[in-house]
Amino acid sequence: MESLFQLIFAGDFFYSTIRLATPLLLAALGGLFSERAGVLSLGMEGMMLGGTLLGFLGSYFTGSPWLGIFIAALGGLVVALLYALVTVTFRADQVVASVGINIIMMGLTGVIYRGIFGTTLSQQIVAPALKPLAIPGLAQIPFLGPVLFDHLAMVYVAFLLVPITYHVLYHTTWGLKIRAVGEYPLAADTLGVNVFLTRYLAILVSGFLASAAGALLSIGYLNMFMENMTAGRGFIAFSAIIFGKWTPLGTMAACLVFGAADALQLRIQAFGLGLPYQLAVMFPYAITLLALLFVGRSQGPAAAAIPYSKD
Amino acid sequence: MSNDNGQSGRRSLLLNAVQGLLIPLLAVTGALLVGSAVIALVGADPWKAYTALYKGAFGSQVQFNMTLLNATPLLLAGLAVVLAFRGGTFNIGGEGQLYMGALFATWAGTTLPLPGELALLAALLAGLLGGLLWGAIPGYLKATRGFNEVITTILLNYIAIWLVSYFVHGPMKEPGWNPQSRAVFEAARLPILDPRSGLNLGIVIAILTAFLVYLLLEWTTLGFSIRMVGLNRTAAAYAGVNVPLTMALTLGLSGALAGLAGTVEVLGRQYRLLDGFSPGYGFDAIAVALLARLNPWGTIFSAIFFGALRTGANGMQVVARLPVVVVYVLEGLVILFTIAGNSGRFKLRRKAVMR
Repeated sequence: MESLFQLIFAGDFFYSTIRLATPLLLAALGGLFSERAGVLSLGMEGMMLGGTLLGFLGSYFTGSPWLGIFIAALGGLVVALLYALVTVTFRADQVVASVGINIIMMGLTGVIYRGIFGTTLSQQIVAPALKPLAIPGLAQIPFLGPVLFDHLAMVYVAFLLVPITYHVLYHTTWGLKIRAVGEYPLAADTLGVNVFLTRYLAILVSGFLASAAGALLSIGYLNMFMENMTAGRGFIAFSAIIFGKWTPLGTMAACLVFGAADALQLRIQAFGLGLPYQLAVMFPYAITLLALLFVGRSQGPAAAAIPYSKD
Repeated sequence: MSNDNGQSGRRSLLLNAVQGLLIPLLAVTGALLVGSAVIALVGADPWKAYTALYKGAFGSQVQFNMTLLNATPLLLAGLAVVLAFRGGTFNIGGEGQLYMGALFATWAGTTLPLPGELALLAALLAGLLGGLLWGAIPGYLKATRGFNEVITTILLNYIAIWLVSYFVHGPMKEPGWNPQSRAVFEAARLPILDPRSGLNLGIVIAILTAFLVYLLLEWTTLGFSIRMVGLNRTAAAYAGVNVPLTMALTLGLSGALAGLAGTVEVLGRQYRLLDGFSPGYGFDAIAVALLARLNPWGTIFSAIFFGALRTGANGMQVVARLPVVVVYVLEGLVILFTIAGNSGRFKLRRKAVMR
């Protein structure tokens, strides 16, 4: 019990929690736009996967991890466009379309990576990674400084996006349009809102952020690409939206919970504790499942996952 | 292909049949075309790659048998998806159910000292039970608490995969270095039909299962309820169908079928439980079911198609230097093309139940 106590109440643990929550948060905030516009954001897993590779390649070939993140985000727009085309224009089922996107990206990232670096990899290829940016002054605060203000710049960006997302969704015309389209597209359409355009844009935001979040995994926290390295984080981000009841603040809280589960899992592995590592790795998924059970039936946007047609 | 509306004029039957063949054909053609662009993008020759793929899958009797061997788990897991989708439930958890089926089957096949065919039967039943259990959890949560099965089944995939990993590294590990279980008893193994390819009785079981799923869906009251819930929940409820119970049952049965896929892999092919033994059959299954337009008979052919992709991909890797994962690209494209082509028809109404 005492060791568990030490495991959790250490600055290092809180630092890891924030660090590991960030990719989830970045993706989930993007997914929130898509979800609130009435389009399922389950395709985030594939968008993130695309980001892991593009971010890596961008950093590898330009030498700048920042360009890597940017290139990944732009690439995410392409994946999002494909998803939007299938779900909004062709009105295909969104669950199945998400699965399709995820499978394609799993294959595509593998094919492209091995197409460039060869099918038999004798050694791990590395690319320049982002470096932590300590905020002068704030980082010197005892305990809180190292925990909160010595992260990658993308971490601050992600958390700053929470109030920004809140503002956009609840205090701008565009946000109102997004929510209207997600709740009652027919009414929004009648009032002159372009349902298709609104949904396309919301999905693009989702692709942009999810892909950047993926890049953070490959060149933010590591300096390499591994196949399927998101390992379901897109799905966990999706769960965070549900657990957060489709609000930016709630989603952030959920991401922190799941980030903490991941951080704890890593610490259990590192410290041994006699627990098999497979059970530790399982932990975040189990916590996510339990969190969903705990929150119970939560109400999403009324028009969620329903394709809109004018006739 | 059966007409779901029940009001089948001769014209719409014909139209259905044409659509039923045309859309899959177009989807496969579209996927292969876009796929060739991807192949060219990474610097390989698409024509050479596809020729190698075809030869690898159908080039000889042995190769064709290997295609059938690879099609076996795909067919069973594909049927699981067919059943779930026809019932309006999204079982994305085939992969996890497959692992649980394999886990239970391995346990029965390595510990129960039963004579003769009983050993095999017990192992098969145990595998079914494992999948049933893993499918029933999201089913129960959906029925009692209105839980979205999409996310619960996805999360349960990861849990099942790591659970199996834990068992083959821990409690079920055979003495020695390799993280694998003991081999199942000889009596619990499926008879081999062709020793050169390893084709076993599993393919017969899978085809029989397709027939059973067809019977269940088209000729039983339960099947009728399942389809009715899949088409229109409100109408089904008015007609007196217990909608939550039916959906829970659908997910449970679907899980059992996926569990059988894992079971057949263990009892017919690997003879032991291995860490991460499935290359994603549970996800391939979604493509298999959609290409078959959720028709049990069609699933046999689409499973052979995707089995051929898997078999041929190895040849393709050698000849055209393309990694096997290119199969995923083709699979995903088939999914997107099929649902885009079907979007008018493949409508799953689930406004009220999505979450």
